[in-house]
Amino acid sequence: MANDGSGSDIVRADSSHGADASPGTAVIAADAFENPGLPPHRERVTDLDPKADRRHERVVSLLFYLSIVFSVAAIAAYFAIPIVENDPWSVRLNTLFLGLSIAGALLSIGVGTVHWGKALMDNAERVEMRHQTRGTEETRARSVEIFQEADKESGFSRRSLLRNSLIGALVAAPLPAIFLFRDLAPRDNDPAAMLAHTAWKEGVRLARDPSGTPIRAADVTLGSVFHVIPEGLEESEHYLEEKAKAAVLLMRLKPEDLNVSPGRETWNYDGIVAYSKICTHVGCPVALYEQQTHHLLCPCHQSQFDIKQEAAVIFGPAKRPLPQLPISVDSEGYLVAQSDFHEPVGPSYWERRGDYDV
Amino acid sequence: MTTTSDTRNDLRTPPRTQQRGVVGAVSNYVDERTSISGFIKLMARKVFPDHWSFMLGEVALWCFVIILLSGTFLTFFFQASMAEVEYDGSYVPLKGLEMSAAMASTLDISFDVRGGLLMRQIHHWAALLFIATIMLHMARVFFTGAFRKPRELNWVIGFLLWILAMGEGFTGYSLPDDLLSGNGLRIIDGLIKGIPVVGTWTSYLLFGGEFPGTQIIGRLYTLHILLLPAVIVALIGLHMVFLIVHKHTQFAGPGKTNDNVVGYPILPVYGAKMAGTFFLVFGVIVAIAGLFTINPIWNYGPYDPSPVSAGTQPDWYIGFADGALRLVPPGWEFVLFDTYTVSMNILAPIIAITLWIVAVMFYPFIEGWITGDKREHHLADRPRNVPTRTALGAAGIVYYGAMFVAASSDLIATHFQMSMENVIWALQFVFIVGPFIAYFITKRICIALQKKDREMALHGYESGRIVRLPGGEFVEVHQPLDEYERWRLVSFNDYKPLMIRPNARGQISPFERVRAVLSRWFFEDRIAPVTRGELEASHGAHGHREGANEPDLHQSELATAGQGVGAPPHTKP
Repeated sequence: MANDGSGSDIVRADSSHGADASPGTAVIAADAFENPGLPPHRERVTDLDPKADRRHERVVSLLFYLSIVFSVAAIAAYFAIPIVENDPWSVRLNTLFLGLSIAGALLSIGVGTVHWGKALMDNAERVEMRHQTRGTEETRARSVEIFQEADKESGFSRRSLLRNSLIGALVAAPLPAIFLFRDLAPRDNDPAAMLAHTAWKEGVRLARDPSGTPIRAADVTLGSVFHVIPEGLEESEHYLEEKAKAAVLLMRLKPEDLNVSPGRETWNYDGIVAYSKICTHVGCPVALYEQQTHHLLCPCHQSQFDIKQEAAVIFGPAKRPLPQLPISVDSEGYLVAQSDFHEPVGPSYWERRGDYDV
Repeated sequence: MTTTSDTRNDLRTPPRTQQRGVVGAVSNYVDERTSISGFIKLMARKVFPDHWSFMLGEVALWCFVIILLSGTFLTFFFQASMAEVEYDGSYVPLKGLEMSAAMASTLDISFDVRGGLLMRQIHHWAALLFIATIMLHMARVFFTGAFRKPRELNWVIGFLLWILAMGEGFTGYSLPDDLLSGNGLRIIDGLIKGIPVVGTWTSYLLFGGEFPGTQIIGRLYTLHILLLPAVIVALIGLHMVFLIVHKHTQFAGPGKTNDNVVGYPILPVYGAKMAGTFFLVFGVIVAIAGLFTINPIWNYGPYDPSPVSAGTQPDWYIGFADGALRLVPPGWEFVLFDTYTVSMNILAPIIAITLWIVAVMFYPFIEGWITGDKREHHLADRPRNVPTRTALGAAGIVYYGAMFVAASSDLIATHFQMSMENVIWALQFVFIVGPFIAYFITKRICIALQKKDREMALHGYESGRIVRLPGGEFVEVHQPLDEYERWRLVSFNDYKPLMIRPNARGQISPFERVRAVLSRWFFEDRIAPVTRGELEASHGAHGHREGANEPDLHQSELATAGQGVGAPPHTKP
């Protein structure tokens, strides 16, 4: 296939395959330049100078030997630098020396092989002719014929009853697969209903996350912030799932800094407010509290909520304020929830109604 | 090779070619059972053109091989289970902590398996590089027009590979079940829940109950090591088959035509370079993995829905999706009929990304429709010679880039002491206006470069030699290009805007009208390649002036032009 690269088969660039194919809006000037053909081949220094040739050969073989040395070094490193328990530094050294010796072994092979290819292997350009991608007319005609013959022999077109019933069967056959996927999640649950409720209910104490120790109202000093979970959550069968909904941030502001809307007057306790920690955008924990401005920031997509305005969104992609957890204090001075949230927490979902009592 | 004998019952041994020795015996054994000699004859001397940019796809391929090798090692130690275990490995700060078996086994790979951390980091770095080289490869194919007929379908296959590679990346990223990847899954959960009608149930089924559940790691693991790799391997195979069928594109150049391939045969030169490239890529990745930490899950800890660290970043290739979520202005969510919540703050980014991705996938068909060119194209365009396409590509990169950069909006704000709001507003501006600016600037640059090429082809290049003529006039001697160098500048496809004409029934279809508008937009600003007539005309003008004043000078310049003294180097010496 490959000829000697003399360029004797040169055709103009534009006169491409399928001269009968439409060139569309392409313009081909009548007196466009002719392809001058391959430029004369240039000899490399290794072609001209036998000394250089031998030198490059030595370099390449040296690289291959070097690779062997590196591979042996890698095995040596594996044993010589073991991982010692409770010593992260040994992990680092193990990774470093194993990595560098293996890399050295591989790179030496790579550099050597490529250099061999570039400097020592015959570098005369070869020319191979292309063929049109479409089959020849005979081939195409024969394929059409084959289909026609097969159609005749099978009666696929003629026996339309057979054909249509088969198509029907093939359409119906994959349908059971759709149902088989139903048990990916437990039965008898409505996900939308589950999203609407959390582990908070009347009288549940607010506890520190993750220790689970309840919080006294007196512990919450002005300007402080607590990461909160419902007390007793660790006993829950679905700890992470419940926590993903029930996580709360507790902050204390000066009572006069809070702009309480009607109906929520009793939801805070002496300036202590509790808001869902789950962002109303896509559900990241809104974990960053800016003490001076009383802004909460979601580190994932930078939604900002203003605690002074009942966690209203002041920047970022979120739309809804963080839901507020109504709190009060029990007889022992611990903070407790008055009820569950009055609306679903976390990201929006299709079935989430817009008429929650908040 | 054997030849068939004339008569069926003739049992005489036909004449054979067979090499002696062990190699000959083994080759003979294999060939007599596989016909492999035919395959060798077909493939082994196939010619591949040489250009550095053709290596990008190859690097992607080798990255994938490295991912398979390192990933297999990891599967021997990794446990894709969300069962709660108490960590009891070597990493003291996490000792005694409750975590999933997935997280614990990933920590064991990192701290208790010799070379395990290296393998994890090889796997992760190779994955990052895999997607990067895929995208660079796509950019190369796009900007050189290598997606044109007959390669449109191979573009689509490559496009699918890119999407699948991102899927592989995301599923793999989530497997350790650490805090950072868990938050990534949380975002995916939120995204899915935002899809109208089916979102809530899709999330419920995917996670096997409420988020995070105890199923997702095992499910992602099956996707990550079974389904997605199988599809990727199959599509890479198909990608390669089409590469063989079409043969590789090459840049226009002397001796290179639309009907040939000029380069080096697979055996030995190209094979050596390819094999060498594998070892180079592998070596570089191992070196990076040995030197630089990636995804230090021990710093993040096990997943817990409550904590999160500031400055969280996804892996780079997911950045554009994360950034798109950040660019949404506040308040893009509404309630339908007081019952259904429509989260445009989730849907808008999904739509913005989908539009871009769909445009990438269908671009070859759109351009093919506009030009109406049904010929096969095997010569790669220089990007400047198709200004509108190149400008569109630049616009697409800016569009993607704005989303990508937005994923780091918080880090940009903290590193450069700017307000987070200003960074987002600036990026929103870049996202919307940037593509237009990039389009305009790129197009002008392309046309300017084309003009420069034209100038060079017609009048030669500036030699830097100032000559004083007898009349006292100073001129700079322009050295004419040799024919090889000139060919590089004048051999490109040229299109003119479509002129709509009524069809047989005297009508112009609205389809054709749209096509005409697009065609005008595409090819209105066009610089045609220099023709022989134009060159002669320009030489005539020169001859009149220079020839009259300095005949010897002109002659000598012409004589030395082809010999390479001070001439620009050929692309292919």
